[in-house]
Amino acid sequence: MVAGESRRGGPVREGLRGYRLIVAMWIRSTMTYRTSFVMTTVGHAVITLLDFVAISIMFSHVDALGGFTLPEIALLYGSCSASLGLADMLLGNTDRIGARIRDGSLDTMLVRPVPVLAQVAADRFALRRLGRIGQGLGVMGWAVWTLDVDWTAGKVLLVPVMVIAGAAIFAAVMVTGAAFQFVTGDAAEVQNSFTYGGCTMLQYPPTVFAKDLLRGVTFIVPLAFVNWLPALHVLGRPDPLGLPGWVAYLSPLVAFVVFLPASLAWRAGVRSYRSTGS
Amino acid sequence: MDLYLAVAAGGFRRYATYGIATAAGVFTNTVFGFIVAYTYIALWDERPGLGGYDQAQALTFVWVSQSLLAAAALIGGGFQEELQERIRTGDIAVDLYRPADLQMWWLAADLGRAVFQLLGRGVVPLVAGALAFPLALPVDPLRWLLFLVSVLLALVVSFALRYMVGLVAFWLMDGAGINIMATVASIFFSGMLLPLTVFPGGFGEFVRVLPWSAMLQVPMDVLLGKHSGAGGAAEALAFQAGWALVLLGTGRLLQSAATRKVVVQGG
Repeated sequence: MVAGESRRGGPVREGLRGYRLIVAMWIRSTMTYRTSFVMTTVGHAVITLLDFVAISIMFSHVDALGGFTLPEIALLYGSCSASLGLADMLLGNTDRIGARIRDGSLDTMLVRPVPVLAQVAADRFALRRLGRIGQGLGVMGWAVWTLDVDWTAGKVLLVPVMVIAGAAIFAAVMVTGAAFQFVTGDAAEVQNSFTYGGCTMLQYPPTVFAKDLLRGVTFIVPLAFVNWLPALHVLGRPDPLGLPGWVAYLSPLVAFVVFLPASLAWRAGVRSYRSTGS
Repeated sequence: MDLYLAVAAGGFRRYATYGIATAAGVFTNTVFGFIVAYTYIALWDERPGLGGYDQAQALTFVWVSQSLLAAAALIGGGFQEELQERIRTGDIAVDLYRPADLQMWWLAADLGRAVFQLLGRGVVPLVAGALAFPLALPVDPLRWLLFLVSVLLALVVSFALRYMVGLVAFWLMDGAGINIMATVASIFFSGMLLPLTVFPGGFGEFVRVLPWSAMLQVPMDVLLGKHSGAGGAAEALAFQAGWALVLLGTGRLLQSAATRKVVVQGG
């Protein structure tokens, strides 16, 4: 049945279909323990909100951090949190691939008529991650409401584009991290440094960090395009590295560009895979 | 006693086999250490002496937190998920037949794990932090000794709390929800998020008497010499030991209630 249908679509359509089916299965399975689902969703929202509580506590002692006010930091915090939440929900479980390689269950995925990336991305799909997305959008909404921004059509458009392109950049980092695990097998945490660690950094204004670090996350792992550059433009603040204002609109392009090395790394990873045999 | 030492050694060795995972963890702790350190510098530049710490002490707080994070399972991890899995599958019945105390068995295994992670994931980030930032690490060996005792007590308090969290699976079957809630409490109330001395007013005083403060805030203050003289340090350690006893005792009560439930299910 699956094979017959898949012949009609291209590999992308096939992948999306497989992804959708696996996701639906995991959602049904999650709903078996409904209390636990509610607790984990709320828990995820609260855990991520705690970072913002920490920032609020900081602001009970100071008026500005790195020259930025609380609503300005809330815009950075909320957008990054929503982007990471979105990427995390759609393909956050790619970091489980190390475990799949170790226990040999990746073999089963390779023989199924669905692209491996779709299967790995949907693996144990966690709807509870709506919690992070929800609280991120909530804090961002408060920021947009409170901030005194001179809104133009471009700036209004930039806010949703920032969240979606940001999610795509994080997604590319996750795919690269997953590909890296074909070599190391057991290093999911390195990926976390770039995703969760990156988001922790992006919650704070770039003025807080050393210039070399800023160059690294602008030109090497382009996390600055997740929210710093678009948000600085919305806030009408200059970029500490002196980049021109129009780079704020480059996030979607950057997201597209970083997917090229990510997909190449992924292909190389799958091709190099040799089963443990167990 | 020999039995529990062997169990602890097993816990140590088990985690020692994950070489690449440990290296990845060191990398993560170091990256987070750098990010948080920069935000603390911005904060302490703005408010010198905040929470009773100067900037070097605040930076020490950051890097020692990163070093204790995995050992004390401050943001999750540890054994509780495995215990819950054994409860869910019924394997726990086998454990209860063993001629060993269930709580002591898991305590030994978890301490073995913690000691490995203290060495494997604790030392390198702290050294990296000390090289990159001016830290206020003490030179007095006695202070380090007191700190190590305090860390050991922190590990026991952390275990005692997570043991209870694990046992909840006897009633809820699926522990994911309660585990998240426990992690939330641990991140917020241990000092991982911000030193508890920075928490404002009466709320700050309240969070400092909760058991979670024994997991990070107290060892940190022992290291930084915040408790005046020998009496102050003894008081800090007694605070931790008190919570350890109360929580281990409560865990035992919960355990006996839970094991009675196993008999009911088995019949």
